[in-house]
Amino acid sequence: MKSDSLSTTSSFEPVLTRNIHRPGSEKIETYLGNGGYRAARRALERTPAEIIQLIKDSGLRGRGGAGFPAGVKWEFMPRDASQKYLAVNTDEGEPGTFKDREIVERDPHQVIEGALIAAYAVGAGRAFVYIRGEFFLGVKRWTKAIADAYEHGFLGKNILKSGFDLEMSVHRGAGAYICGEETAMLESLEGKPGNPRLKPPYPAQAGLFGLPTLVHNIETLACIPHIIERGPDWFAGIGTAQSKGPKIFSVSGHVNRPGNYELPLGVTLREIIYTHAGGVRDGRRLKAVIPGGASTPIMTAMQIDVPMAFETLRAAGSELGTGAVIVMDETTCMVEVARRLTRFFSHESCGRCVPCRIGSVRLYEALERVERGQGEIPDIDRILELAHGIGGITFCPMGTALVNPARSAIKCFRNEFEDHVRKGHCVVSRRAFRGGPDGKDSHRR
Amino acid sequence: MAAVSLKIDGKTVETAPGRSVMQAARDAGIGIPALCDHPALPPEGACRICLVEIEGQRAPQPACTFQVSAGLVVQTRSPHVVAARKLVLELLLSDHPLDCLTCESTGSCLLQDLAYEYDVKGDRWRGRHHDYPVDSSNPFIQVDRNKCIVCRRCVRACNSINGVEAISIFHRGFNASIGFGADGPMQDSPCEFCGSCVAVCPTGALRPKLAIGKGRPWQVKKVDTICSYCGVGCKLTLHVRDNRIIGADGAWDGPVNRGWTCVKGRFGHDYVRHPDRLTKPRVRHYLLHGGKKRRDGTGWDWVETDWDTALEVAARGLCQIRGKYGADSIGVLCSAKCLNEENYLMNKLARQVIGTNNIDHCARL
Ligand SMILES: Cc1cc2nc3c(=O)[nH]c(=O)nc-3n(C[C@H](O)[C@H](O)[C@H](O)COP(=O)(O)O)c2cc1C
Ligand code: SF4
Ligand code: SF4
Ligand code: FES
Repeated sequence: MKSDSLSTTSSFEPVLTRNIHRPGSEKIETYLGNGGYRAARRALERTPAEIIQLIKDSGLRGRGGAGFPAGVKWEFMPRDASQKYLAVNTDEGEPGTFKDREIVERDPHQVIEGALIAAYAVGAGRAFVYIRGEFFLGVKRWTKAIADAYEHGFLGKNILKSGFDLEMSVHRGAGAYICGEETAMLESLEGKPGNPRLKPPYPAQAGLFGLPTLVHNIETLACIPHIIERGPDWFAGIGTAQSKGPKIFSVSGHVNRPGNYELPLGVTLREIIYTHAGGVRDGRRLKAVIPGGASTPIMTAMQIDVPMAFETLRAAGSELGTGAVIVMDETTCMVEVARRLTRFFSHESCGRCVPCRIGSVRLYEALERVERGQGEIPDIDRILELAHGIGGITFCPMGTALVNPARSAIKCFRNEFEDHVRKGHCVVSRRAFRGGPDGKDSHRR
Repeated sequence: MAAVSLKIDGKTVETAPGRSVMQAARDAGIGIPALCDHPALPPEGACRICLVEIEGQRAPQPACTFQVSAGLVVQTRSPHVVAARKLVLELLLSDHPLDCLTCESTGSCLLQDLAYEYDVKGDRWRGRHHDYPVDSSNPFIQVDRNKCIVCRRCVRACNSINGVEAISIFHRGFNASIGFGADGPMQDSPCEFCGSCVAVCPTGALRPKLAIGKGRPWQVKKVDTICSYCGVGCKLTLHVRDNRIIGADGAWDGPVNRGWTCVKGRFGHDYVRHPDRLTKPRVRHYLLHGGKKRRDGTGWDWVETDWDTALEVAARGLCQIRGKYGADSIGVLCSAKCLNEENYLMNKLARQVIGTNNIDHCARL
């Protein structure tokens, strides 16, 4: 494997993360000192329809995982409704993803400014920030930033004398991955258990408390001031045919320099791993990569020349998801990876629909048996059968994503599953099984 | 609004816009299996047993939540959806007690019927399963969470039929299960024991205690009647075995109750055969045979008699009182257990026969 390659993005200048390394980057003074809220001022001088057109022209797609075109979603918001809401999704629970956290903790005003522009464009007078309950610092920073924005007249009544009003408040989640799914988030905001809703109606038709609601991930919102400042052509000039603009890639796992890297969409996985994240730790060989967070299918080291974009990753059999790159070196047991990720999803299942509620547990159990060498070769096909059966028939996309780790791990690394069954131990990690009766901690070096 | 025409299993079906594929199929006599969906409740889309194939849709869609549109082409029995249904059933049975032999719901259980129809055994994905204690701490409803398939019919029935919101789902994922009030016993929740939840539960999770062990559905005669408790006139279907009422359901086609009943109508039928029940009129001994009106002697005893005699005694007593103290010394209180017609007649009796306006009704108090 080439351990070094020339950057194709050396001329790229980060925008979303340009402030985060400055001291006091979260403060409104810092933000204002670097041209902050200039875009909002400009946007409020134009008509909402003009702003929507700008966003459409930019080609901005949602950064929360689904990649839905933002401008199209804005157009879905009914024009005649007297009251509309904006819901700001900071739940960020997808394993491997830690970009939103960094944005909130280090540059919250960028999101407030984006939210203000979005709210103005769709006519929402009230913005609800939903933040993952464990983000203690994030909650503090959001709250302070909102208070400061009110004080400086960027929130509240008659913002910048435009006649536009926007109220904003922060709401903490109670620690459920599913509450990041937009309709479960709306339920949670309403004080109900976090179960996804039936669609249609979509949030833009009937969202929070039954009113038209625009839901956005905060990285999506953070892009908006820059599009206003630099123009849609600048944004559309970055990226690939169907994936425009800069993107923050959270890189974790067996790399020398894990962290968030802002790069243009379309950058290859190879460049992210070897040029930016410093390559694989201890000079080991790369084995597998999850390109877009735990719910996206695993890829092999052979596939890392794929550009990180919605369409190219889909063609390669995976998804861009949240752009969270999880890197695994040659010492990683793929059976264990599949088992542990499946455990996460079964733990996070909301329990509403049968295939996810019970199927995820059965999938986990089957993987656990194979990992411990207690299964038989046909069990591997049974795992595939179950994964295939669950995929596509669940109430919400989470149930379908939950089968991705098992399915893709077997597809790419079937021999490892067979080794576990045949040999009763893991060849890769050289772990033997204690075979504890409760199945917990069955591994030892 | 103009009718919508679609094709279900090759048959052209006309239906109204806004209806679900499930409703359209049902109207056309095409059966699609349902566990969470119920005609009297809002759609839920949770069980995924009703999946159908719809042309142009990538994945199978739940018939109960998918709305009809013109030109829709639906397959309800394609190999793909049959396989999906089997998987759903296999998964449900993998965490189910499978004690159908003695289960109160045998013969009236949708899960059992579907497992039979789709030839699904409970052994494909066996693994961790629940072992909740059965809760029979209240007089009316036995709760066995091990048999709950989390379809939320009971939750929706409590919310949308009785309007009480006593039931909700507690915990999440594999451990999601029904609970009452703040997850305590049913009797400590706002539950009014109307039994709507029992009526819609597709499995043996919620069962009427009075019926347990009293008879299988095929041993039971169903008799439609009007509830005898009050003047509302709810239509009931009594479950009768060996001439004894062992259970009652609100009839879904009852014009005034549409399936709903109160606790008395659904669970209060043991009085019919109760030894304390009076089945003949009684009169105090002294009124029939003379003697002193004294509480300590035999004159105070009740004597069974026929209706004519009893009414005669009552009429005589009323006439005497009226003669001695005047008509306004008599007051009449009507009962909500009487029909409108009976109350009307009582009004005639008071005003025109006895001659007093002293008449009132318990429901007004
Ligand atoms: C199971 C699940 C979890 C999700 N979690 C998040 C999340 O934590 N943060 C987020 O922004 N979007 C999350 N999403 C995506 C949201 O449903 C929604 O698409 C997004 O917030 C829309 O914003 P965007 O268009 O700006 O991406 C999740 C989706 C699913 C199915
Ligand atoms: S797939 Fe079903 S059980 Fe899983 S999270 Fe979505 S609605 Fe809940
Ligand atoms: S108790 Fe019955 S009706 Fe209620 S969720 Fe469970 S199976 Fe459904
Ligand atoms: S009957 Fe349609 S999902 Fe349950």
